[in-house]
Amino acid sequence: MLNINNLHVDLEDEDKTILKGVNLSVEAGKVHAIMGPNGSGKSTLSYVLAGRDGYKVTEGSATLDGDDILDMEPEERAAAGLFLAFQYPVEIPGVGNMTFLRTAVNAQRKARGEDEMSAAEFLKVIRAKAKDLKIDADMLKRPVNVGFSGGEKKRNEILQMAMLEPRMCILDETDSGLDVDAMKLVSEGVNALRTEGRGFLVITHYQRLLDHIKPDVVHIMADGRIIKTGGPELALEVEKNGYADILAEVA
Amino acid sequence: MAQSQAKRSLTESRLGGLSVSAGGTWATVARNDALARVQEMGLPERRDEYWKYTRPDSLTQAEVVEAAIFDGGDKEVFDGLDRLKIVFVDGVFDADASDDFALEGVAIERLSDAAAADIHWAKDLYGALETRGQTPVNRPLAALNTAAATDGIVMHVTGKVSRPINLIYHHKSKVSDAILHHLVKIDADADVTILETGPAAARLNKVMEVDVADDAGFHHVRVQGRDHERRAVTHMFARLGHRSAFKSFTMTANGVLTRNECVIELTGDDAQAHVAGAAMGDGDFLHDDTVFITHDAERCESRQVFKKVLRNGATGVFQGKILVKAGAQKTDGYQISQSLLLDGDSQFLAKPELEIYADDVACSHGSTSGAIDDEALFYLRARGVPHGTATDLLTLAFLAEAVDEVEDDALREEIVSLLEGWLERRRA
Repeated sequence: MLNINNLHVDLEDEDKTILKGVNLSVEAGKVHAIMGPNGSGKSTLSYVLAGRDGYKVTEGSATLDGDDILDMEPEERAAAGLFLAFQYPVEIPGVGNMTFLRTAVNAQRKARGEDEMSAAEFLKVIRAKAKDLKIDADMLKRPVNVGFSGGEKKRNEILQMAMLEPRMCILDETDSGLDVDAMKLVSEGVNALRTEGRGFLVITHYQRLLDHIKPDVVHIMADGRIIKTGGPELALEVEKNGYADILAEVA
Repeated sequence: MAQSQAKRSLTESRLGGLSVSAGGTWATVARNDALARVQEMGLPERRDEYWKYTRPDSLTQAEVVEAAIFDGGDKEVFDGLDRLKIVFVDGVFDADASDDFALEGVAIERLSDAAAADIHWAKDLYGALETRGQTPVNRPLAALNTAAATDGIVMHVTGKVSRPINLIYHHKSKVSDAILHHLVKIDADADVTILETGPAAARLNKVMEVDVADDAGFHHVRVQGRDHERRAVTHMFARLGHRSAFKSFTMTANGVLTRNECVIELTGDDAQAHVAGAAMGDGDFLHDDTVFITHDAERCESRQVFKKVLRNGATGVFQGKILVKAGAQKTDGYQISQSLLLDGDSQFLAKPELEIYADDVACSHGSTSGAIDDEALFYLRARGVPHGTATDLLTLAFLAEAVDEVEDDALREEIVSLLEGWLERRRA
């Protein structure tokens, strides 16, 4: 589904290379996790895949179902089925959460040549999904993420994911800033979306999240590369011994 | 203060092309007094401090700069609303296009009829608030208006008026030079909503004097434009009694030159004055909001909320002042002026001022100028919202604080749809 091949990325404004040849394939129906120390390039990978400005791809490719996503605008990647749950969801004063979501859902549908969702239908669907994530009517009415707590922002990300039904979900440190209850809620939201046709790439510092969202494959990233790949036990090893052993092992 | 020769000749040249209409005694006196004020002050020039950011030349010269008639094929603003329509074409009242003036709670007359009467309540208002508004800053174009206004409407509001009164202005002549003067006198406990729509003339000089008695309410929504070449200078003078409310919102879409002045005196305790504006300018556009609010009573609240969206070299100007007099304790004053610059060619010039002589007040002011937030834009696009739609959403969000000052839902929705239309046309 998602194929990243020898991806090299520089920061546009500085002469600095962040990703130095990332190779990664996420299959439909699977959950891949990426762990790694600070500054290893995990968040950069998620931003480059989502199409954020400020990065320059110098080598390699990334495709979603065979289509080159690096050539697409961010909105085209979204319509193609890619979703990034932000580490720091952006506050947008003046834009209602509901308006935002409905605009996004219908823009994607339109881009795919599908019929737009009516206001009534949208309301019905969002109410049900919001309820599962314990998002109340007030949160739906308020401006996007404005005044939301850390946990509310992350739940709002998952709500967007549930509404947009992407095929490839990237979660960038979704566990950061969450207490145990919020993490459980968010994980349940993610697990509910796990289906045969959908792939997940979960970026996290900690094993904790992976107790709730059980990965099929775990990758360790360091200095802009995937240095080790294994099963769920690899995350446990990191939890127990830190990254030092693994880094030493591949050095 | 001695006037320069240039100022004197500018003023004489403009006045030479105008005549003071004949009327009843009171009107003739008021007009001649105003004429004397104009001569005393002289018309504004670029080097006058108050006109530092906006060139007054085209507003003060005798000749009108030709303004092509613009027909964007727009539907009439507020056409779905039950309102009383009063129509002016190039600054002249059009009886055929207007509704009958009969409306419960308000007595409406044409200015010329009121002026012809020897005794009329308008005597105490016409030019009176304008005169008060000449201190501490001169507004000679308003005095010129009082002296030479050729038409207008005078309204005496005695009750809660059920339907809005819509003053509709059409611009049909390329060289029209309209001078309109309206009076709104609102008795205690009375309430009225006035709508103003349309571009009016090639050049418009308009004054509205509003006297709001105790516990009374004045609601005003104005839509200027869209007419690309017209020029306008407008003044709104208001005096507020105890517990009264003054709420005014103006949307401006294009127009080569607009100077909207608003001069409000809070003279009764616990009164409220909210003035807001949303202006969108594309290309050859200068929009100037000049606001002066004087707190001269206790526990009054004032808000100034002005937002401008500028592109392709458009210019926005804001001069806003809150003056809190000694004794105006517990004043709550708020002022914000912001511009969203959609490109590097546009500019925003702001002069926010506070002058406070009371010691127990809360006043805040802020002025910013910025571009579309890249982080927010990316967030929207990452959710599949195309670049253009995302920019529009963020632009409307930027304007929201000003637009939200319109309390009536139907009026606010109409404003939002006009703003959306403006944005959409620029995306096509």
